[in-house]
Amino acid sequence: MAYRSYILVCGGTGCESSHADKIYQNLKNEIEANKLSEQVQVIKTGCFGFCEQGPIVKILPENTFYVQVKPEDAKELVDEHIIKGRPVERLIYSASDDKNRKSVIAEEKDISFYQKQYRIVLRNCGMIDPEVIEEYIARDGYAALEKVLFDMKPEQVIDELKKAGIRGRGGAGFPTWMKWNFTKGATNSETKYVVCNADEGDPGAYMDRSTLEGDPHSVLEAMTIAGYTVGAQKGFIYIRAEYPLAISRLKIAIQQAKDMGLLGDNILGTDFSFDIEIRLGAGAFVCGEETALLASIEGKRGMPIPRPPFPATHGLWKKPTVINNVETYANIPMIILKGGDWFASIGTETSKGTKVFALTGKIKNSGLIEVPMGITLREIIYDIGGGIPNGRKFKAAQSGGPSGGVITEEFLDTPIDYENLAKLGSIMGSGGLIVMDEDDCMLDIAKFYLDFTVDESCGKCAPCRIGGKQLYGLLDKISQGNGELDDINKMEDISLAMQRASLCGLGQTAPNPVASTLRYFKDEYLEHITDKKCSAGVCKDLLQFNILKDKCVGCTVCARKCPVNAISGERKQPHEIDQNACIKCGECYEACKFQAITRG
Amino acid sequence: MAKLTLEELRKLRDNKKHEIQKRETDNKEIDVIVGMGTCGIAAGAKDALDAFIAEIDKHNLTNVRIKQTGCMGFCTYEPTVEVKVPDMPDTIYNNVSVDVAKLIVGNHLVRKQLVSEHVFDRPSVDIIENK
Repeated sequence: MAYRSYILVCGGTGCESSHADKIYQNLKNEIEANKLSEQVQVIKTGCFGFCEQGPIVKILPENTFYVQVKPEDAKELVDEHIIKGRPVERLIYSASDDKNRKSVIAEEKDISFYQKQYRIVLRNCGMIDPEVIEEYIARDGYAALEKVLFDMKPEQVIDELKKAGIRGRGGAGFPTWMKWNFTKGATNSETKYVVCNADEGDPGAYMDRSTLEGDPHSVLEAMTIAGYTVGAQKGFIYIRAEYPLAISRLKIAIQQAKDMGLLGDNILGTDFSFDIEIRLGAGAFVCGEETALLASIEGKRGMPIPRPPFPATHGLWKKPTVINNVETYANIPMIILKGGDWFASIGTETSKGTKVFALTGKIKNSGLIEVPMGITLREIIYDIGGGIPNGRKFKAAQSGGPSGGVITEEFLDTPIDYENLAKLGSIMGSGGLIVMDEDDCMLDIAKFYLDFTVDESCGKCAPCRIGGKQLYGLLDKISQGNGELDDINKMEDISLAMQRASLCGLGQTAPNPVASTLRYFKDEYLEHITDKKCSAGVCKDLLQFNILKDKCVGCTVCARKCPVNAISGERKQPHEIDQNACIKCGECYEACKFQAITRG
Repeated sequence: MAKLTLEELRKLRDNKKHEIQKRETDNKEIDVIVGMGTCGIAAGAKDALDAFIAEIDKHNLTNVRIKQTGCMGFCTYEPTVEVKVPDMPDTIYNNVSVDVAKLIVGNHLVRKQLVSEHVFDRPSVDIIENK
C-alpha cells in the first residue's frame, strides 16, 4: 500500500518520558478521525538523537522536523500539515543562534546538529519502526547474515573485520577480529557462546540503550554472524533491568526473527542454528566488566575474576565466549555488507569508523550523536552541541565516565581517537561525554565519580575496596576545608596502588578522575587546601556570602529570597547575613541587582 | 509466519525496500507539488494527490518527491500542481483531475514531455532564490 505521508514519532526513552507515546496515540486518533488511515502512516521510531529538543516528530515527504511537540499539538499537526499542507511553524526547530542563521529550519539536514554526524550504528534510528522486522529488512537488514551464511567462510568474516580495523566500543578498544579469532580457534570445547554486553552503567551514557531501542535487529543480526564465525549456537544479551523499553523491543525483535527463521534452528534453510536469550542485570556497575558479567549470567554473584584466562577461551561456563558491546555489534552488519575497506576509510590511522557519544552536561544541544573518529572536541561541542549555554565559559569535558578523565580547553583541537584520549589521561570509554563550564568545581567532579565507584565496588579486592574509600575520604576532607598539602601526595600514592593492584577495570580506572583533574587542575586543589576557597562556588563548606555595606541599598530583595531568614536589616539600610544560619544556597547572590553580595 | 528461505527473504526485502524508499527524501530529483489550499481541496486536489501516488507507484518511479503546499493563488484553475524535473522547465499545471494526473506522470515524468494542453504557467520568479 502506498501512503502519501509518513509521520515519524520518536519512541526513545527520552522522548517517551515527555509523552511521546501520547503524541503517537493522539496522532493516530486524529488520522483515523479524519479517515486518513489509508493515506497517512504514523510510525514510532527509535531515537533521533536530538534529545534536547524532544519529543521529535518528523513528517515525510516534506521532511519537516518538529520539536518539543506536546500531545495536544497532534490535532493541529494533522489539521494543518497533513490536511492543508501548511507547516506548523511554531513547532519547527527555530535556531536563532544556529549557524545557518535562518529563522526557522524545517529540514533535519539543515540543522547543524546533524551536519557533522556520520551514522553507521544509528543508521536506522529515527528511520524505521523498531518493532517491525520488515522495516529493518527493507533497509538491508539481515542481508549481511545472508551474505555470511551463503557466500563467506568464517575466516573471511574475520579477515573482513581485520581489514575494517574495528575495535571494541565498550571502552577498552581491543581489536574485535582478534577476540573472534581467539574464540574461533579455541579447541577446549565444542560448545561456544556469543554474549552482548548491554550493561551500560556510566553516569550520563545512553548510547547502547538508544541503539537497542531504535534498532534491535542490528545487534541480533551481528550476534548471529558472530555465532556462525566462531562456531557458537547460543547467544546471551546481558541488559540491565532499568532499560524496560529496550528489553521489550529486544523481546519483540527476537520473537519476530525466530518466527521468520532468522534465528533458531536451520537459519534460512542452512545447517546453522543459533538462538539468543536475554539475561537481566540488577544494575550493578561492576557487571559491565566482562568476567563479572559472565558470572552474573551463570547465576553467580557479579564479581570479576583475574584474567587470563580470557573469556575468549574460558568464558561463560568456562567455554570459549565472544563478548562484545552493543555498539560494536551494531557496526558489524554494515562492515560485512560494505566491506572492511569501506569502514577503514573512515576515522584515523589507529581508530576506524565512528563513535556514538551521549552528549550531556553544560551544552545547548544535549543528545545522541555519531561522529567519525578523528573529529575534534571543538567540533563536537561547538558545531554539533551548539556551545555552552548562558554565555558561560567552557572548562572541561569528561569522557569515559567514572573510568575516564577530563579534557581541557587547550586540547579542544586534538582529533579524538583511542590513542589521543589515552595520551591526555582520559579514555574513549563507552561514549558518555559530559561538558562542564566555569561553575563546575573539578574537585567536586572527582568526588562525584569516586562516590559512584566506591558505591559500585564489589569489595572483592582490597585496592579497590579500601583505596576507593580512602581516596573519597581525602577528597571530602579537602572539600570541607580541612585539606593539607600532603593529601595530594597521599592521593597520588593511593591512585597508583589502585591502578596497579586492583583486580578488574573498575578498580584500576576508578582513580582516573582524580589523577586527571589533579593533572590539569592542580591549582584548584591547592586553592581548596591553602586558600580554603572554591572559586567555582560549589564546595559549600568553603563558601561564605557577605554583603558589601557600601553597595547595599537596602532593597530587601535578598532578605525576602533567603529560604532560612538568615538575612536581616531595615529598609534602605545595609543588610547583614547571619553566617550561622546561612545554608549557602546562593539565592541572595543570584537575586541581588547591585552586586552587593560577594561569594568566596 | 512460516520460516523464510533465502529467496523469500530477498523477495521480502525488495518489496519492502520499495516501500521504505518513499520515506527517504535525499537523492530524489523530481518534485511534484500539489496545491492543497481550501480551494484546491474543494476542487479535488486530494483525489489528484492520491492519483499521483498510485501512478508513481505503478511506474515504479523512486526519484519523485510528492509534496503538498498551500494555495498557489490560481483559485479559478484549481487543482494546480507544480512539477519540477531536472533539465525541463518548471511547470505549473491547472485543473489537474485524476486523469490529468495520470497523463502528467506518464508523459512529463516518464517520457519527459510536457502535457501541453494543461500547462498553465511557469512559476513566478522566486525572490529568495534570485536575489
